[in-house]
Amino acid sequence: MAKTVIHFENVSKLYKLGEISTGTISRDLSRWWALSRGKSDPVSKIGEVLKKHSDKTVWALSDISFEIKQGEVLGIIGGNGAGKSTLLKILSRVTKPTSGRIRIRGRIASLLEVGTGFHPDLTGRENIFLNGAILGMRKSEILNKLDEIVAFAGVERYLDTPVKRYSSGMYVRLAFAVAAHLEPEILVIDEVLAVGDAEFQRKCLGKMKDVSQNEGRTVLFVSHNLASVKSLCSKCIFLKNGKLEYQGKTDLAINQYLNILTHNQNEFYFDAKENHEACFTSLKITDSKNQLNNTFSIMDFWQLKIGFRTHYSVSDLVVAVGLLTSDNILLRSIFSKPFHAENGNYEAVFSENDIVYGVGTYQIIISLSINNHIIQHIEEPIFITFEETQFQHSFLNTKNKGLILNQMNVRILPV
Amino acid sequence: MSNSEEKWDLEIIPYTGLFDINWRELWQYRDLIFLFVRRDVVATYKQTILGPLWFFIQPMLTTLMYVTIFGNMAKISTGGSPKILFYLGGITVWNYFQECLLKTSETFIANQNLFGKVYFPRMVTPISIVISSLLKFFIQFSLFLITWLYFLFQKTPGTSPNITILLFPLYIILMSGLGFSFGILISSLTTRYRDLRFLVQFGIQLLMYATPIVYPLEIASEKYRWLLLLNPITSIVEAFRYAFTSNGNFSSYNLIYSTLFMTISLFFSIIIFNRVEKTFMDKI
Repeated sequence: MAKTVIHFENVSKLYKLGEISTGTISRDLSRWWALSRGKSDPVSKIGEVLKKHSDKTVWALSDISFEIKQGEVLGIIGGNGAGKSTLLKILSRVTKPTSGRIRIRGRIASLLEVGTGFHPDLTGRENIFLNGAILGMRKSEILNKLDEIVAFAGVERYLDTPVKRYSSGMYVRLAFAVAAHLEPEILVIDEVLAVGDAEFQRKCLGKMKDVSQNEGRTVLFVSHNLASVKSLCSKCIFLKNGKLEYQGKTDLAINQYLNILTHNQNEFYFDAKENHEACFTSLKITDSKNQLNNTFSIMDFWQLKIGFRTHYSVSDLVVAVGLLTSDNILLRSIFSKPFHAENGNYEAVFSENDIVYGVGTYQIIISLSINNHIIQHIEEPIFITFEETQFQHSFLNTKNKGLILNQMNVRILPV
Repeated sequence: MSNSEEKWDLEIIPYTGLFDINWRELWQYRDLIFLFVRRDVVATYKQTILGPLWFFIQPMLTTLMYVTIFGNMAKISTGGSPKILFYLGGITVWNYFQECLLKTSETFIANQNLFGKVYFPRMVTPISIVISSLLKFFIQFSLFLITWLYFLFQKTPGTSPNITILLFPLYIILMSGLGFSFGILISSLTTRYRDLRFLVQFGIQLLMYATPIVYPLEIASEKYRWLLLLNPITSIVEAFRYAFTSNGNFSSYNLIYSTLFMTISLFFSIIIFNRVEKTFMDKI
């Protein structure tokens, strides 16, 4: 049985809201002087009522407990402000928890931001040593790994050039290479893959997989890119408002996360752009009875009602809808026929009866174009979810049957 | 689980004791100290035409200035030593102390980005600053040494060394210790009060005039001399001058006072620094 390498026990972190101190001695003194004479706080904003202590604090993390076993790749997902960064900060000892404890076996290296501690004036080689040492490596270890790091980052030719002359891609590659070759028992990675080209991202993911599977090291991975979380992580924890909402299989955690993200919102309004010839005003997801909804059984009828406005009379106007999977794969694009519109408000209704999509949550993207020229493109968190039906046809056993569940005509003939 | 009680390498808990300073960890990061020193030295003079020559130009110009203003115009005594040697010695020692103090006092503010991202013993930063300043000091000291040897061979009066020159390493340790401890103390306090940064900038100027740099201690009247001697740096500067020129004030009592002062201030500032480094990210 694999060893537990990280053990979180009831970890909480309390942040005080507002100013911890006013920042200057004089203001602290005047505040103390005023308060001690029973006058109002000269520093607090006018109209601000002194609230109870409990209102001025926020639990960035509350009562988090989990374990990570050796060789696991654990994904941490959650919306903004869910506590992901706080959790990593505590784990990498940048700050302390308010209560609870964490026990760790092995050396931790965290890659919280690309090129932490890189000095722009130093050369690539000098920065490799500096960065490695900041991350806790001995000089001799770095020396052993130097060739490998340089090859992985692909910066052989620029090794003696100051890093300020590097492209941002090279910068990131070098930074990741140092951290990835660090040989820590535990590697903590936060959103570094957001930069760098697709090929490098694949390389990083490959390296992380390699590190965990073949070398038995543990990786903690925080990302908003659900596709890479899915492809990399065996387990996931899902944080929401500082609480551990779910821990377990990656797929389930991601689905929960998406459910929260969509938050059952099925009606969206967009700010009108007066200076454009046309613009979107609203989007509604409804069922066959025009009731707003965003979660459907796979066989249900659904439709999108897209409101838009034209400011002039325009021709060759096209409304398009795209469906994106949670892996960021564009599943489909649907275009309206080009049409002529006078100045006014319109609604385009997209519906279909034929295609059955696999169970899951899909993002909806809409765009508006005139004469093949895109006027507006909206890629906001608009989601639609398809669930399994209760009355399942045999062919609609939906597990692992692909994104489109419709069958083809199959004829079997003797030859 | 049977192995849950096995040894863990690291335990992160909310509170640690006042004296819980991890020296062993600091030792493990010794490579980082030297890489920081290297970074400081290399990066400072990259893309400058004169490069490390600036190490000499600064004290030379300052000495020239002091010789003109304090020596020739204000006619302040230099206690029998050549003016250039007198001022250069004072400036070299003072520069080292000032650099240690000013740079370490910026530890938390200047490195908040780095400290917010990775963990390493924070003490690494001020220690590396003291060492890189020490390198700079030795370069500037060589300028003093050359000047001193010149006067020595010219047999100029007031330039002969004496046995207390053997105490020179002690003087360096005292300067480093004082600069370091004042610096980290200020840097710990600036996480809360930014005002201190401004105070430090001109406070160090004032402190220079409260130290016999541009004048010898002996011109201070008996009545006020004790005030100057309260300043722990005074006796170090004077003893340094005495060692090389046999001019100046050497008193073992005063040096013991400076040593005690340094020890106590190191003790308290390290405890405070260690306390602040754990949570300063939430405050800054």
